[in-house]
Amino acid sequence: MKIGKINYSELSTAQQLSVKYFTVAMVLFLAQLVFGLIAAWQFLAPDFLFGVLDFNVNRMVHINAMVVWMLYGFIGAIFWLVEDESGVPLVGVWIANATFYVLTVAVTIVVLVYLFVQSGPGDAWTLWLINEGREYIEAPRWADIGIVICMVAFFYNVAGTFVAGRWSGISGVLVLDLVALAGLYLAGMFYTTNLPMDQYWWWWVIHLWVEATWEVLVGCIMAWGLIKTLGARRRIVTTWLYVEVALMFGSGILGLGHHYFWIGTPEYWLGIGGFFSALEPVPLVAMVVHAVYDAGRHHFRSSNHPALAWLIAHAFGNFIGAGVFGFMQTLPQINLYTHGTQWSSSHGHLAFFGAYTTIIVAFIYLTIQRLRGDVWMSSDIQGGWRWKWSLALLHVGMVGMSMALLIAGYEQSFVERAMGGSTWQAYFEGQTQPWFIQAMWWRMVFGVIMTAGLVLLLVDFVKIGAGDTRPIQAVAASDAVEDAAQPAGAVAKAAGGG
Amino acid sequence: MSESGIRTEWWASENFWRKCAIFVTGFMALVLVLLTFHTLTVIEAGSEAGRVPAYAVINHRIGYVMDDDKRRMVPVIGPVAPLFGEELTEAEAMALVDHGKLTVQARNCMNCHTILGNGAYYAPDLTKAWLDPGWGNEDARELLMTMFLKDPPTNARTYGTGRRMPNQELTDDEVRAVIAYLKWMSAIDTNGFPSGFKPLPQGSLTPPAAAAPQSRAGASRALGTSPPLAQPRRPSTKSPPPLTSAAATGLSMRGAS
Ligand code: HEM
Ligand code: HEM
Ligand SMILES: [Fe+2]
Repeated sequence: MKIGKINYSELSTAQQLSVKYFTVAMVLFLAQLVFGLIAAWQFLAPDFLFGVLDFNVNRMVHINAMVVWMLYGFIGAIFWLVEDESGVPLVGVWIANATFYVLTVAVTIVVLVYLFVQSGPGDAWTLWLINEGREYIEAPRWADIGIVICMVAFFYNVAGTFVAGRWSGISGVLVLDLVALAGLYLAGMFYTTNLPMDQYWWWWVIHLWVEATWEVLVGCIMAWGLIKTLGARRRIVTTWLYVEVALMFGSGILGLGHHYFWIGTPEYWLGIGGFFSALEPVPLVAMVVHAVYDAGRHHFRSSNHPALAWLIAHAFGNFIGAGVFGFMQTLPQINLYTHGTQWSSSHGHLAFFGAYTTIIVAFIYLTIQRLRGDVWMSSDIQGGWRWKWSLALLHVGMVGMSMALLIAGYEQSFVERAMGGSTWQAYFEGQTQPWFIQAMWWRMVFGVIMTAGLVLLLVDFVKIGAGDTRPIQAVAASDAVEDAAQPAGAVAKAAGGG
Repeated sequence: MSESGIRTEWWASENFWRKCAIFVTGFMALVLVLLTFHTLTVIEAGSEAGRVPAYAVINHRIGYVMDDDKRRMVPVIGPVAPLFGEELTEAEAMALVDHGKLTVQARNCMNCHTILGNGAYYAPDLTKAWLDPGWGNEDARELLMTMFLKDPPTNARTYGTGRRMPNQELTDDEVRAVIAYLKWMSAIDTNGFPSGFKPLPQGSLTPPAAAAPQSRAGASRALGTSPPLAQPRRPSTKSPPPLTSAAATGLSMRGAS
């Protein structure tokens, strides 16, 4: 390991895979923002690329790139921690490598078809080959099947490694959660004429991913991350993880009902969905308390400042974006007017960014530290302005954008929904209000700020730690010693420098 | 497990919370599965519950009115008013609606519009598009919808936004199918979403007294009226309705009548 240099060849295969997955993830993240900007611009200048790259194509690429890059991010993070957590080298290296290339080629083909073929005749062939026309899971059926096969392979790698090595609380939750996550995808893989039936299962994928299984997945990653960056005690972290699982699944599974208010499903979902989804912020509060308490307990002395900053951003972002902004529209009495307005878009942006972008970025900082030979990443990082500014720009951009969309959403709910009765004309009356148009301009401005932040972040990923010769700062030795008798012993390892 | 000196109370222990997590997750998942079984029977097209109509509902006039007991809006299935003047059997209607839904997915409509409120926010919600007052009145509707879908940019009403729908190059069959799908969609009981919607002017929603034997189907609300819909008035010996392009070419003419 040469401190400050790229040590790619000295990483284990699993860690190299993480680097690959993260790299593709960041390319897709950039693509996501580019297509988001085009779509946002089309709100202001509808003739832009009209008939060439229409809004629906840009938006589809925008949200699909997001879903895929986040899944890549999760896979990358899991490959990174699996060996450390299990204590043995990755099982099935050959399969893991092949999976990466197969998946990446498939994703590339899907995106190219989206962009150049775009749509097809109204028959089953289009759904098999071009796109399925269902928001977020538009990928054609052939790709669905490919994704499932890749997920099975990935699961084999992860579960197999834990079986070969040792289990811990974190890995137990992680593996069970992966089963649920992959299984849920199957619910989105069939076609039916019956629209309510279609949307009923569609939400199983979307909601039970982002508000249940993904949340628990990042809970696991967060738990491991806190141990690594702060040297937090494993027993406490694991107990918190169980608390979070109980609260998250306890509210999130039936919280699914907040999508069953208006799609033809029975009336009891109004009560069940309203009640349980209103409880969903509770686990998110628990997560904030946990992260902030741990950070404070360790006097914010960490071995990796950017990662810790992004972990804390995750805790707050998750709580505000998902918890607060989700709660605002989750009771049916309010949702009747906000459902399917810019209000949803505001929440969707802040939640995905706050909950998932943040933690993946945090994790990438952890991997880069290792890639750079366990270089120093505490206070006084060389060129430390970069990570701070990119963090600030991304957050200013995202918060500004969500606020603009929220204002647009308020306006739309009043003018189009409450006053206008949701007709075609009322819709356009809402869209032409000065407040709405201003909000669309502000969204554009903040979108550009955000994109600048992302570019700077990517530059920082390449540059941080380069040429620095100070080794990683050891963390919280006292706690680690106290926990050294722990079965997994990862804490002691962390203190010793990973 | 840990050897640390301070004893942990049972309610703060790792073990207790592991069991909690397992129990809560299992219990909630079980409840969801049970509710799912029930919901799936309720939302079967044409089921007794009447929330999701049989596909042959497209043979009828559809309304959306305030229900004074529920204090929310509900769809109403009115007297026979076949789509494009062609009465279909349940199987034929299902095939048509199915083609419409496939087309809507294949053209990725949901990434501009919302459908039952889900999708994108660049264009109006389609839940009650069939009933939209923008089509003028019942007699003009089928023609105007057909013209619009055949050439949206030319027939766009963008109310000053400049936001036009791109031409989806729909075939005549696809246009017809999409309209059938939208008509069927407008008859789904969505618990009052969208609220306060004012449908276009239509004829009576209660059938003429003369049509007494069939009137049950038409008179009552969507709730529980589906069985009669399965039996169309048109004798089933008649040749299947024209889904062929030859018939579809004359479509807009017939629609206007
Ligand atoms: C990280 C977690 C979350 C993410 C990523 C997320 C994301 C989203 C997205 C993208 C949508 C829009 C879906 C569409 O396109 O139609 C949505 C809708 C919604 N979310 Fe969340 N959400 C999260 C957590 C929550 C929580 C905790 C709550 C409640 C407390 C909540 C309440 C809602 C509601 C009520 C809607 C429906 C909006 C509508 O009717 O249009 N969400 N969410
Ligand atoms: C440059 C920054 C961005 C711009 C300009 C942008 C723009 C847009 C636009 C125009 C839409 C379509 C909304 C509509 O249908 O009216 C959209 C949807 C969406 N974007 Fe972004 N976006 C940006 C960044 C992001 C980021 C960073 C995330 C998540 C991490 C994100 C997640 C989403 C989601 C989940 C939706 C679907 C929302 C819904 O259906 O409710 N976007 N975005
Ligand atoms: Fe949800």
